[in-house]
Amino acid sequence: MPKVTVDGIEVEVPAGATVLQACEEAGKEIPRFCYHERLSIAGNCRMCLVEMEKAPKPIASCAFPAADGMVIKTDTPLVKKARNGVMEFLLANHPLDCPICDQGGECDLQDQAMAYGAGSSRFLENKRAVEDKHMGPLIKTIMTRCIHCTRCIRFASEVAGVDDLGAVYRGENMQITTYLEKALASELSANVIDLCPVGALTSKPYAFEARPWELKKTPSVDVMDAVGSAIRVDSRGSEVLRVLPRVNEAVNEEWISDKTRYACDGLLRQRLDTPYVRKNGKLMPVEWPEALQTVADRLRRTPAEKIGAIAGDTVDVEAMYALKSLLEGLGVASLDCRQDGTKLTAGPRAGYIFNSAIAGIEEADFILLVGSNPRVEAPIVNARIRKRWLTGKLKVASIGAPADLTYDAENLGDSPTLLGDLVSGKHDLAEALSKAERPMVIVGQGALTRADGAAILAQARALAEKVSLVRDGWNGFNVLHTAASRVGGLDLGFVPGAGGKDVAGILAGAEAGEIETVYLLAADEIDTDRLKNAFVIYQGHHGDRGAHVADVILPGAAYTEKDGIYVNTEGRVQLGRMAVFPPGDAREDWKILRALSEGLGRTLPYDSLAQLRQKLVADYPIFAQVDHAEGGEWGSFGTEGTVDAAAFAYPIQNFYMTDPISRASVTMAKCTEAFVLTSAADQQEKTGTHG
Amino acid sequence: MLKDEDRIFTNLYGLESWRLDAARKRGDWDQTKDFIAKGRDWIIDQVKESGLRGRGGAGFPTGMKWSFMPKEIGARPHYLVINADESEPGTCKDRDIMRHDPQKLIEGALIASFAMGAHAAYIYIRGEFYNEAMRLQAAIDEAYDAGLLGKNACGAGWDFDLYLHRGAGAYICGEETALIESLEGKKGMPRLKPPFPAAVGLYGCPSTVNNVESIAVVPTILRRGASWFAGLGRPKNVGTKLFCISGHVNKPCNVEEEMGIPLRELLEKHAGGVRGGWDNLLAVIPGGSSVPVLPAEQCDDLYMDFDTLREKRSGLGTAAVIVMDKSTDIVKAISRLSYFYKHESCGQCTPCREGTGWMWRVMERMVRGEADVAEIDILEDVTRQVEGHTICALGDAAAWPIQGLIRHFRPEMERRIAARKGAVTAKAAE
Repeated sequence: MPKVTVDGIEVEVPAGATVLQACEEAGKEIPRFCYHERLSIAGNCRMCLVEMEKAPKPIASCAFPAADGMVIKTDTPLVKKARNGVMEFLLANHPLDCPICDQGGECDLQDQAMAYGAGSSRFLENKRAVEDKHMGPLIKTIMTRCIHCTRCIRFASEVAGVDDLGAVYRGENMQITTYLEKALASELSANVIDLCPVGALTSKPYAFEARPWELKKTPSVDVMDAVGSAIRVDSRGSEVLRVLPRVNEAVNEEWISDKTRYACDGLLRQRLDTPYVRKNGKLMPVEWPEALQTVADRLRRTPAEKIGAIAGDTVDVEAMYALKSLLEGLGVASLDCRQDGTKLTAGPRAGYIFNSAIAGIEEADFILLVGSNPRVEAPIVNARIRKRWLTGKLKVASIGAPADLTYDAENLGDSPTLLGDLVSGKHDLAEALSKAERPMVIVGQGALTRADGAAILAQARALAEKVSLVRDGWNGFNVLHTAASRVGGLDLGFVPGAGGKDVAGILAGAEAGEIETVYLLAADEIDTDRLKNAFVIYQGHHGDRGAHVADVILPGAAYTEKDGIYVNTEGRVQLGRMAVFPPGDAREDWKILRALSEGLGRTLPYDSLAQLRQKLVADYPIFAQVDHAEGGEWGSFGTEGTVDAAAFAYPIQNFYMTDPISRASVTMAKCTEAFVLTSAADQQEKTGTHG
Repeated sequence: MLKDEDRIFTNLYGLESWRLDAARKRGDWDQTKDFIAKGRDWIIDQVKESGLRGRGGAGFPTGMKWSFMPKEIGARPHYLVINADESEPGTCKDRDIMRHDPQKLIEGALIASFAMGAHAAYIYIRGEFYNEAMRLQAAIDEAYDAGLLGKNACGAGWDFDLYLHRGAGAYICGEETALIESLEGKKGMPRLKPPFPAAVGLYGCPSTVNNVESIAVVPTILRRGASWFAGLGRPKNVGTKLFCISGHVNKPCNVEEEMGIPLRELLEKHAGGVRGGWDNLLAVIPGGSSVPVLPAEQCDDLYMDFDTLREKRSGLGTAAVIVMDKSTDIVKAISRLSYFYKHESCGQCTPCREGTGWMWRVMERMVRGEADVAEIDILEDVTRQVEGHTICALGDAAAWPIQGLIRHFRPEMERRIAARKGAVTAKAAE
């Protein structure tokens, strides 16, 4: 552990630390533009220069390894002059357009110019102008503002794993661009906007929307996938204007996917903001009492065995809990939270969570992906795998259709029978897995939503036993979910009770008349056409598939409009927070259910969210462990059975549209057009004459 | 003055054949096998004892540089990289070595590589040197055919491959780490140091980058003895050196001379003297475009070696002597160099990217006198803000010529500004 003296303060830093880190350890703030702790070191902005004893010239502290006995000075006139000089150079060709720049108010250059900038410019020549570049539907470029820190290039090639960004030309003509100006084809692309220290890369959908100081900032969690990324919801009045990442080392570090960031404009469209009741075949807006009365009457009239309830993918735990309590009180057993038909059960927790936790990927040395394409299903998890892979200590193999994962993965084939071969030892990869120190198997929903999903799960478990995925302080058996509500639903046991039907059973029952009333709790990812014969109660926030077949619509709240608990794929309990109120007459979901229960004469025993949570925690103590990923007990799960040889199909075809919110989003529609419907080779900007 | 028998580059002017047999007649490849038999340490000690300092510009002791390489070959191979990206304005010494005396370089490459434990060496040759590259490749092929390279090179029991790689014409690729990047197939941008190439160099392996001349003189040093080489020149600045004399002299030339030869003697003996006589001398850039200019009054007793020139706040650099007589527009001349550095900056780090363009634009106005006298100080300040604050030395190289100009020719700059002010005022008065 080298000891470094910074401005007379002696600090001890871990081996391999840089001088900059040592300075921070000593409480000295070092200005920087190009340095970012999660990217490789470029050392090109020269803002972080400090004086080192015995060195003839100032050193770039971000790049210089700290060594024992070093004496660093950060507050000498020489250092100040060097930094002022660099700042002057940066400002020399930087346009003075802060008043119309979207970065204004959250601009590193602006902030640091306050500390190191001169009052006036000595640069009397004409300023440089640079043509803007096309980087796709998310990233707006004003390249004249670029200070060439290359953070965006390093992010794209290191974290995102796409070599689309680069610098062309040299000297003062250097320009950052995508190759042939094609869109930046990564699910993480918009993180470059956060990384850009100036206003060169800004958010296209958010352009000229607001100034940062006008926004209310609410820390929350994301529900666009099962990762549960930490986000900050920026809102003004009743509108969510943007979503930004928060740092959560355990989950998303400081990245979020483009869907997490940009689906929020879907919160303003297609909203259900008033209750509806179908009258004479037409949905008519009604007042709350009428809607609730209609639902209560219907539920009272339907025999319990003819009632089914399905919970959607973005529902909070409280709503599911309230619905479960209510319906179980009525004797309803046909409850299910597994819209996609995954064969996971509410059995031992280790059987349905990502046991090693996402951070555990950084210890893994061998990962086998089974029916999962994490790049699409959970880009943040994929970025972790890539991060580990870049260290050279990880090997990846996959069973499933070959996909570009941004790292090398040995594709064993796409047949589920390979799993059996691994278990029986016919395939020699099992040996590599058991020889690995920290082996990991990631089972995706592509493997579990099939008819033979339970058998595949059983085989995955057998493989786990065979290669001892569970060993001292390590459980490498990981299930990758795609739905934010799924683990919470399984924890709650929002699954069919004795004699109850699952999602497929409810749908079939609705067609056959065995199920007469279906309660959809924001459930849209099912074939709603099959519910035509049933009386459908839809409680949710978007006029999507579920609402189209509904007989009663109870307008609920989207994830930014309610306080709610979500459990991510790791089993990590997290709190989402209300940023804005639900629109119009829409209400938080637990409140709707509480009101409904009163109408049914079976009042749920809580009047506030706090009381609900107290009850919830009393029933299910797991939910008390907020921000903690409680590991699960290993046990038996899955059902022995024959495995069909049909190839695995990945669950998500279009990354940008997976739920009602993203389907309603204009930005996600643009992304779909740019990245999904358009071939990669044709991602250049569309012009009037493009054909 | 250097005696003929002490010349290393006996075919510098191409008067004889460049081919292997002719080179052997001149003494190349003589005893090479024996030197290798004496071992790595002996070779490095000889080079250290000879006092050879790097001929690429910085003048770092070559033997010491070699000794930075790991003693044992570990998991990663060692590489020698020979910098033949000779692009410094005014410099043309390596070019003549490669086209007229290539076997000296090839033999030196083998010896140096052996001394550093490298089984492969790369010569990175300037892209514009097309004919030189063809010639050098032919010479390498000849050496391979004669068994001097390849498996068991020269019969000395050391496997050695020599590759020639052509650059694409960027000045910055002459900087050792940018050269390595370029050789790896990347954009030529200097790397951060540390780590130094001896630890992490080409393909992440221990590497040493040496100038062509530094490598080409090594075989002769070994043949004639370190003390012979150390006996030439002045203390700490020993041996022979190729000088490239250009500009306002009667006979511009490349010449091998003893280190530390007085400038006047160098110009008058070999270049036919300054055009119009010694008194017509205005200034000299003694070591290629990067070093500060020296005015005539400092040139009378000027020893051409590293330390003397450093004392004069200039440098020997590549020993490319650019002579300017009194017909020269000195401001314009330096401004042209500023343009060169602006054009060749890689754009990686801020001071150089933004500073070189700024300095050049101000210099252009200085040429015409379209400036304020105070701007001379601002310009000087800008050069100080660039100098020493960049990743590589190109920032320094861009700053020094302007600093030299302001140091020695400030009155001329002020005169222009005043003259233009006067002209403008007179015009306004009309």
